[in-house]
Amino acid sequence: MLAEIMLIAGKDLRIEFRSRVALNQVAPFALLILILFGFALDADRASLTTFTPGLYWVAILLSSVLAVHRSVAVEAGEGASEGLLLSGLRPASIFLGKTAALIAQLLVVAVVLLGGVVIFYEAAIEDGVLLVTSLLGAVLGVGAAGTLYGALLGGQRARETILPILLLPVLAPVLIAATRAFGDAMGTVAADGWPWTSLLFAFAAMYLALGILAHGVLMEEN
Amino acid sequence: MTKTSEVVSQRSVTRSKGTTILGAGVLVGVVIWLFLAFVASGPDIRETADGNTIGQFDAVRLLYIHVPLVITAYSAFVVTAIGSLMVLIKRSVWWDLVAGASAEIGALGAALTLLTGSIWGRPIWNTWWEWGDVRILTTLVLFMLSLGYLAVRRLEGTAEVRAKRSAVVGLLLVVNVAIVNKSVEWWADQTLHQNSTIAEGAIADLKAFTLFFSIVLGLAAYTWMMIHRFRLAWLERQYDRFGIEDAIAVRRSEADRVMQGDSQ
Repeated sequence: MLAEIMLIAGKDLRIEFRSRVALNQVAPFALLILILFGFALDADRASLTTFTPGLYWVAILLSSVLAVHRSVAVEAGEGASEGLLLSGLRPASIFLGKTAALIAQLLVVAVVLLGGVVIFYEAAIEDGVLLVTSLLGAVLGVGAAGTLYGALLGGQRARETILPILLLPVLAPVLIAATRAFGDAMGTVAADGWPWTSLLFAFAAMYLALGILAHGVLMEEN
Repeated sequence: MTKTSEVVSQRSVTRSKGTTILGAGVLVGVVIWLFLAFVASGPDIRETADGNTIGQFDAVRLLYIHVPLVITAYSAFVVTAIGSLMVLIKRSVWWDLVAGASAEIGALGAALTLLTGSIWGRPIWNTWWEWGDVRILTTLVLFMLSLGYLAVRRLEGTAEVRAKRSAVVGLLLVVNVAIVNKSVEWWADQTLHQNSTIAEGAIADLKAFTLFFSIVLGLAAYTWMMIHRFRLAWLERQYDRFGIEDAIAVRRSEADRVMQGDSQ
């Protein structure tokens, strides 16, 4: 099973390594959102610093929609999904493999963006352990839910417009929890970030389980 | 070939004797409900121990539409979830159409719930929108999710594929609402919503009856809409299935006539 997951994840990451879509398009897009927030909030350093956790996660969520599109698009053309179906790999492995690849790409975007908020918004990282743990939990959840809803839409032409309205409300709890956890880690709100971090991991576990269960049903059809 | 077109034409209306009676009943109910809400029951004014008057005054009348709407909307989504589950278990077309019809009414109900709640909130909470309230935010996200579900139902694909795909989204809808509700509860850490007003005995007598009546009326109206929407969906499906066959049959018979004309 692990070998199968690595195979799928390796395939997606190899495609990414050769095409550099996440690095050259999604990550710059995320940074661009940060800069737009800067313009929108009138370059007010104090409010930018205060709202850094929320702005950071809004940027991540919007970028994740692009990353999910990309993850689905590599399977959409030239009978790739049929090939995957005929490969004999278990649907659960395919789901977990694609999720792993998506998470790896989102982590790169998250790190780039973290550098962005430190430089542009003067965000201070007070609790590095909490920050990294909550980041992992949130990205895990976004990756799992994104892959599941991506598989659902498959090769649909209307995918671009439907994915955001399907995925973003689903990710609302991640936005809430990750913003709170980051708020604690960056010292912008007086809240305990750890319960929120466990909520993030609970969300991720739930979506991993749902994805493993539902992916088989969804793969048969696309 | 004519058999298929008979199937379609036999039922070209969604009305039946049962729905006519139910619909008439709902209409009569609406008249009684308006009378109860605006004439028979009074404004909510209560006196406190120190002689001050508190209460919702005339705004309480909005609850006679807000509460049935929210109950109807959430019930509709429960039906959608059950329908979705049945589609996955039994691969049933019937349940797929039920799930879809119910979600449409549920989405409308959720939207109207938010609207009436907002109008009610203005005089009572002094705000159109309250970010700190769990139930408002959960209902809003539910409304958004239902729009996503309805969009998925309209995606291309064969009827079976569409049914299965929608069923997965329909089931996830319930899971998501539960997660959103829990996380918002933690986040906002408060609700402005009062507990069940009737259970607390805060309103009694005719007001309680009016509220109860309005809930029953709301569910009856939901049932009426459900039956019609379901039948319409069923007809649409029949049309999709047999429409092409019928069209081919018509063209064939035309061709036959032309051929016969040629031979004569």
